[in-house]
Amino acid sequence: MKAPLSFVLNGSNVTAEADGSTRLLDLLRVSLNHTGTKGGCGEGECGACTVLVDGLAVNSCLYPALEVEGKHVTTIEGLRTIDNKLSIVQQAFVDTSGIQCGFCTPGMIMTAKALLDNNPDPTDEEIREVLLGNLCRCTGYVQIVESIKTAASRLKENR
Amino acid sequence: MKDFRHIGKDIPRPEAPDKAAGKAVYIHDLVRPGMLFGKIKFSDHAHARILRIDTSKAEKLPGVKAVITAYNTPELRIGFVRDNFALKKDKVRQFRDEVAAVAAIDPHTAAEAVGLIKVEYEPIPGVFSPEEAMEPGAPLVHETDPRGRPMKDNRHPLHYHHESGDVKAGEKAAKFVAQGEFSTQLVQQCCMGTAGCIAEFDMNNNLTMWAKTQIPFLAQRDFNQALSAMGLQNKNTRVIVPTLGGGFGTGLDTHAYEYIAILLAFRTGKPVKIVYTRDEEFANLSPRQSSRTKIIQGCDKNGKLTFRHAEVLQDNGAYTSWGATYPTVMMMPATSLYRVSNVYFDAKLVYTNNTYCQAMRGYGNPEFTWALENNMDQLAEKAEIDPFEFRMINCNQPGETTPMGLKVSTCGLKECMESVAGKLNWKKSRSQKKQRGIGMASLIHVGGGGRIYRSDGSGLILKLDDFGNVNTYCGGVEMGQGLHAVLILEIAEALGVQPEKVFINPTDTGTCPWDVGTHASRGAFMAGNTAIMAAKKLRDQIFEHAEQLFPELAAKNLKKYQKKHPDYAPPDFDIKQAAKRDRFDLVDGFVFLKDAPSEPWTRIELGALLRAIHFREQGQMLATEVFYDPPNELPDFEKGYGNMSATYAYGAQGVEVEVDTETGEVKILRMVAAHDVGRVLNPPALKGQIYGGLAQGVGYALYEQLQSERGRITNPNFRDYKIPTAHEMDFPIELDLIETNDQFGPFGAKGIAEPGLVPTAPAIANAIYNAVGVRIRDLPITPEKILAALEKLKSTKD
Ligand code: FES
Ligand code: FES
Repeated sequence: MKAPLSFVLNGSNVTAEADGSTRLLDLLRVSLNHTGTKGGCGEGECGACTVLVDGLAVNSCLYPALEVEGKHVTTIEGLRTIDNKLSIVQQAFVDTSGIQCGFCTPGMIMTAKALLDNNPDPTDEEIREVLLGNLCRCTGYVQIVESIKTAASRLKENR
Repeated sequence: MKDFRHIGKDIPRPEAPDKAAGKAVYIHDLVRPGMLFGKIKFSDHAHARILRIDTSKAEKLPGVKAVITAYNTPELRIGFVRDNFALKKDKVRQFRDEVAAVAAIDPHTAAEAVGLIKVEYEPIPGVFSPEEAMEPGAPLVHETDPRGRPMKDNRHPLHYHHESGDVKAGEKAAKFVAQGEFSTQLVQQCCMGTAGCIAEFDMNNNLTMWAKTQIPFLAQRDFNQALSAMGLQNKNTRVIVPTLGGGFGTGLDTHAYEYIAILLAFRTGKPVKIVYTRDEEFANLSPRQSSRTKIIQGCDKNGKLTFRHAEVLQDNGAYTSWGATYPTVMMMPATSLYRVSNVYFDAKLVYTNNTYCQAMRGYGNPEFTWALENNMDQLAEKAEIDPFEFRMINCNQPGETTPMGLKVSTCGLKECMESVAGKLNWKKSRSQKKQRGIGMASLIHVGGGGRIYRSDGSGLILKLDDFGNVNTYCGGVEMGQGLHAVLILEIAEALGVQPEKVFINPTDTGTCPWDVGTHASRGAFMAGNTAIMAAKKLRDQIFEHAEQLFPELAAKNLKKYQKKHPDYAPPDFDIKQAAKRDRFDLVDGFVFLKDAPSEPWTRIELGALLRAIHFREQGQMLATEVFYDPPNELPDFEKGYGNMSATYAYGAQGVEVEVDTETGEVKILRMVAAHDVGRVLNPPALKGQIYGGLAQGVGYALYEQLQSERGRITNPNFRDYKIPTAHEMDFPIELDLIETNDQFGPFGAKGIAEPGLVPTAPAIANAIYNAVGVRIRDLPITPEKILAALEKLKSTKD
């Protein structure tokens, strides 16, 4: 049985329908046409589907859609600035070559954003620690770690 | 060294901003109006006769638009030896065999319908290793070959062989001999974006395929053959490549799921999309082939190699894809890594009821280098020579022709090995204690295309528009490796425009020129050579028109300038006289005369000149198409001879490890990678290729194995199939990019997409041996294997 659902997606109120088995990933990608969030495994193993729910990074492939009722969901589409520029974290991934095929990228960037929101000055270890849930097959992670460090220092300059 | 304006500069990838924004469209994101979702019913047995397929319940499920089997569709043979079928009839030969498929209005309904299909089988005993398959009286995987002739046994018809020099004499001349048997495992490419396609017919029965492919043009040929087999004569396929979520070799063949999507789309008259889930991808997409190599080498008292003898046995699985051709690449290190004149190489394949295999990064090279570089260390130990010194004694040299006939134009192997030894502080680090050790391994790989088809060519179209933009159509595929960024630099450099003015169009067989495929590390090499050819032709066209038009434009320019600067007196220079086609140059998007004084009005913006060429009577638009086929040869693989690449990439990698003798755990402390790249084109993209290859090499060495139990894949998920995470890769990696400036390479560059993976595993194995004295011969090197080997070592010492 589908039930109505309302929540805040990237700053705007949205209403949708979902049932108990609907995953947040499908709600976003299929019902709400937000395909920036990727599904890489559907089992909570790869992190490609990472989005923020009330500021916390979650795997949207495991997250029941009905549970976002009344919450704030942020996806990769919500990171761009109001004048449609890439956010500092996104731009850092572009500039520091943290992106190859790009399939892991939205999840990586959401994870990085959640980290930097809470810990503006992470060590390499802390970065690698949060990246544990985000698999990348292309980069070997070196330039992803560098991207997050670049983002951290640019955010600091901007503060 | 020549000064480049763009080559060697960091530019961000043109597609990166869209990827960062979540705007890039992968096959998973692509929707066509009225699109249906396809789903495949796979076999429940490794080897069985199909007795009955009951699709009636599935057909009745609301939302189901078609259910197909081999019994109600035309037979589509697939694979380059045609031993496979899109849908299986009579018999299944592996667990992933496709027995039926459905198209439905959503993925959920499609999955439910597949669950309603009932298949009755009569199981047949299977064969699950080459040994089992070769036993007398073993069940036959294929009763007949593709031409219908009866098969006597499970031996695969493909066979690879090389003999050179006099191996017997080499054995006699050897003072020291070392041998070993080394095996490699099944590995999944693990693209983060799984495989998928959309098939759509127009009302003329021409097909459009959105395919996750690295070979759009060979795929077009394959799909067109399928259309003929479906009775659609003279119909065409247009292959469009969306953003790829990784490739790594998975896109080098066409796949049963693609043909099934075609059949479903034709049956329903609607676009049909099939995308694999992760477990489907693990279980049903062809992985990297496993291999077993017996190798013997000998050297004289000075450490010079006197012979090399290697025999490879590969489990081909039930059907044939490119995994079966790994030995074409294995031959390269077998004959040509280090100098050795007496070589025997032989590779055989055997059909089994295991999953069949396709290409993966390195393509046979990591498999053979695993055996060879382990064996080099074994032989060095026998000869009591330091393994680095031993390699240096046998190092390849520029200008040599190897036993396989490979013509080595440039070779930075010596510099690479010296760099690795230096950075690892070799002598000192070799004798550390406390379960720490270092090791190295080297590689040769094709760096100038790789001719394994009749053509090794690539085309390029450059189309100039009224704004001075360069619209680029390239048949090569961007799959994350950075081809487009490199191509932009190469075009900007060769043509003389700003990189921002170069635009790359999507890869589409309808618009792009033919390209054999993006494999063999050939993308940047081929693209660069085509860019240079195309740029030369365009510059000639531009300068030809400039003879007439440039003086007019310059005069207009001067007038405008003088209006603003009434006191300006132009230098005494007759532009009309000087405007000869061979006196022009084009730099950064401006055309000028090389001998003219540099004045504000003597440089004409390319767009202005192009508009002048266009908007006049008998006007013209400038564009050019080129096709580059590199100077290499299609080897005779049964004789093992031929210069398959125009140039070869070399490299060496070293690693320091610490082995916990209680747990068997290996910790990588650091890695160094020195590669002869010819020339660095785009530093961040190049580094990304090496880092990424190296990480896949670490997975290959220590963690990854597709587990197969009597043909069934038992670990089809990232929980049980471990690829390296940021944690496993948490060690410093030092790169040394050695530029040898190759004469065949565009701007001197060699291909470099695969080498990072190739020597990683043996370097780690050699370091483990140095640390704790055990040599693991079967990949992956797991803690259990190390503990067992340590146990054995202890008992032999006691
Ligand atoms: S798709 Fe959610 S973790 Fe992989
Ligand atoms: S960039 Fe391809 S998976 Fe990370």
